[in-house]
Amino acid sequence: MKYVDEFRDGELARGMARRLAKIVRPDRDYRFMEFCGGHTHAISRYGLEDLLPTNVRMIHGPGCPVCVLPIGRIDAAIELARKPEIILCTYADLMRVPASGGDSLLKAKAAGADIRMVYSTLDALRIAETEPQRQVVFFAIGFETTTPPTALAIRLAARKQLSNFSVFCNHVLTPAAMRAILTSKDDRVELDGFVGPSHVSAVIGVTPYRFVATEFEKPLVVTGFEPLDVMQAIVMLTTQVNEGRCEIENQYGRAVSPQGNLKAQAEIADIFDLRESFEWRGLGEVPASALRLRETYAQFDAERRFAVETPVARDNPACECGAILRGAKRPHDCKLFGTVCTPETPIGSCMVSSEGACAAQWTYRRFDEPTREERMAS
Amino acid sequence: MTSVKAYRRKLDLKSGRVDLSHGAGGRAMSQLIAEIFHAALDNEWLRQGNDQSIFDAPKGRMAMTTDAFVVSPLFFPGGDIGSLAVHGAINDVAMSGARPLYLSASFIIEEGFALADLARIAESMGAASRAAGVPVITGDTKVVERGKADGVFISTAAVGVAPEGLELSGDRARPGDLVLLSGSIGDHGVAIMSKRENLEFECEILSDSAPLHGLVAEMVAAAASSLRLMRDPTRGGLAATLNEIAQQSGVGFRIDETAIPVKPEVAAACELLGLDPLNVANEGKLVAVVAPEAAQALLDAMRAHPLGRDAAIIGATVADDRRFVQMRSSFGGSRIVDWLAGEQLPRIC
Ligand code: SF4
Repeated sequence: MKYVDEFRDGELARGMARRLAKIVRPDRDYRFMEFCGGHTHAISRYGLEDLLPTNVRMIHGPGCPVCVLPIGRIDAAIELARKPEIILCTYADLMRVPASGGDSLLKAKAAGADIRMVYSTLDALRIAETEPQRQVVFFAIGFETTTPPTALAIRLAARKQLSNFSVFCNHVLTPAAMRAILTSKDDRVELDGFVGPSHVSAVIGVTPYRFVATEFEKPLVVTGFEPLDVMQAIVMLTTQVNEGRCEIENQYGRAVSPQGNLKAQAEIADIFDLRESFEWRGLGEVPASALRLRETYAQFDAERRFAVETPVARDNPACECGAILRGAKRPHDCKLFGTVCTPETPIGSCMVSSEGACAAQWTYRRFDEPTREERMAS
Repeated sequence: MTSVKAYRRKLDLKSGRVDLSHGAGGRAMSQLIAEIFHAALDNEWLRQGNDQSIFDAPKGRMAMTTDAFVVSPLFFPGGDIGSLAVHGAINDVAMSGARPLYLSASFIIEEGFALADLARIAESMGAASRAAGVPVITGDTKVVERGKADGVFISTAAVGVAPEGLELSGDRARPGDLVLLSGSIGDHGVAIMSKRENLEFECEILSDSAPLHGLVAEMVAAAASSLRLMRDPTRGGLAATLNEIAQQSGVGFRIDETAIPVKPEVAAACELLGLDPLNVANEGKLVAVVAPEAAQALLDAMRAHPLGRDAAIIGATVADDRRFVQMRSSFGGSRIVDWLAGEQLPRIC
């Protein structure tokens, strides 16, 4: 426990805040995007924004696997779950995500579809072993962090020659999304740097982000999820901006090496290959941004086994999740925020995902839009 | 010579199971009740064997509550569904400031449930009610087919008598009142989760399940007129309790994260599961909103009682039309403390 406490020390944080206040130049703004929803929640939950100088602004990025999943993929999963022979296994995060026509996995389950919430891929595998007469489909989703466990499940299923286990693969890639944000034609946001997720880098290392510095001349700091980590990353980014540097730095040296986890990378490469293109909520079609099962493992690919088609489905037109995921808008800018759309009655996945930006704003910072100065004064 | 015993073999408490006949109203049911429930809960009222119990009611205002328990797993570190059902009903009555007098208990048992486990639950219930001085004086038993319940469900009711002039109610919090908490939060929820199938993790945390009427009596004795309301933060945790009071009283709260006691193991488990201790259930803690001038006296009275040793003042009531519960984080920033949306679910990455 000591381990966590060290990174939540309020005194240290206030010390860092004082240091940050000293180094920011009053004549300019600093706009940093935290790519990952885990960081968004740490910032909101600990009220870190209250500690930042007013000209340092954090912009929420797309790094929430549930939020970037297009509605059509949820529709497809519900379609699968409705087949009587199928048991659909999913992480609980996905259960309440809105699908087309007011549907969700939770509602489909209540209506009789066999949907089971699991805590790990191995739980799904166990169900396949104990119920050999049923088809078990694991709804795989997530960035580079959750890919190795999915790979492991497929490897084990192959070794055990399980003929009733398959994966509905929705794994997506962080660097591709970052490139999409930096090249977005719609409403590109002005950014001065990125806070990069440490758990992704624990797998892929820091090298895949090099293009952010070389091609787009933005600094990036790979950062842990404790509030002090985030504060330190902001200090490091500010320092880079002030010194006119743009480098990929690693704040999280305690667990991330530059080359990442080579074993996990090899495992992923053996089992998955790149899709030419994949649709992201908010970013549209992004080339080479997602994984699918290799031909060798085709029999474990639910999309092939059950000839899954992804229906073209539109989000509620008033939902601003797309712009929020690109960092172009804030949850408060959405007319539905807190009126029609709440965690109990979500219109977009950003409001239900445990990493969603709207959920973070609603859960932790639902003040009636006072300015930060007003909050600090109270 | 024939004896009663020749016609009736004792229940097989070692390997026997509950079957549908145990709920059918016949001899098997009467035997189950006699050998398991009456044996474990024995008292003068149950011994009469009636379908109801007649008891003396003291003069004054009565308090009554009913509560259903569907906990899984049934046995957990620090307690089980039996003692929990006793403590839960006692605490709901105690939060009104009333002294609990009697309990009722009704069991819904799934066909196939082991008699040994049922006996263990009944004994734990008997022990809990004897320790609390609140007897179970009437009850009911139903057996449902396999698959229609999850082992055992228990529903208990409690009646008590409220002291003259004491009016505790959720709508009585006023701006400027202080909030007292009787001890560390999240222990029960984490103890339960540590034993859930698929989640099992090593952890030394025991449930805090306990009857709070003794602690309440001390508080009433110390400063009855300064107590606005009390509530036990069970399901939904401290966060839900404060939000409920905020809604009922039309006020806001400002609480201080550093003042709220959380055991390090509980904090670590919550971290691992992506949960907030503020949302996690408690079964032996109370929150009191009190007039500021009596807060210290009440805190001293709580700390003098074993169940209030770690009591703390965790914040204050403020005027706020939006009825927000806000918390100053250990970092000095502010955030809202919200109800939980839907179920408490571990995160994915
Ligand atoms: S508040 Fe709701 S509708 Fe608006 S952007 Fe967020 S999730 Fe979408």
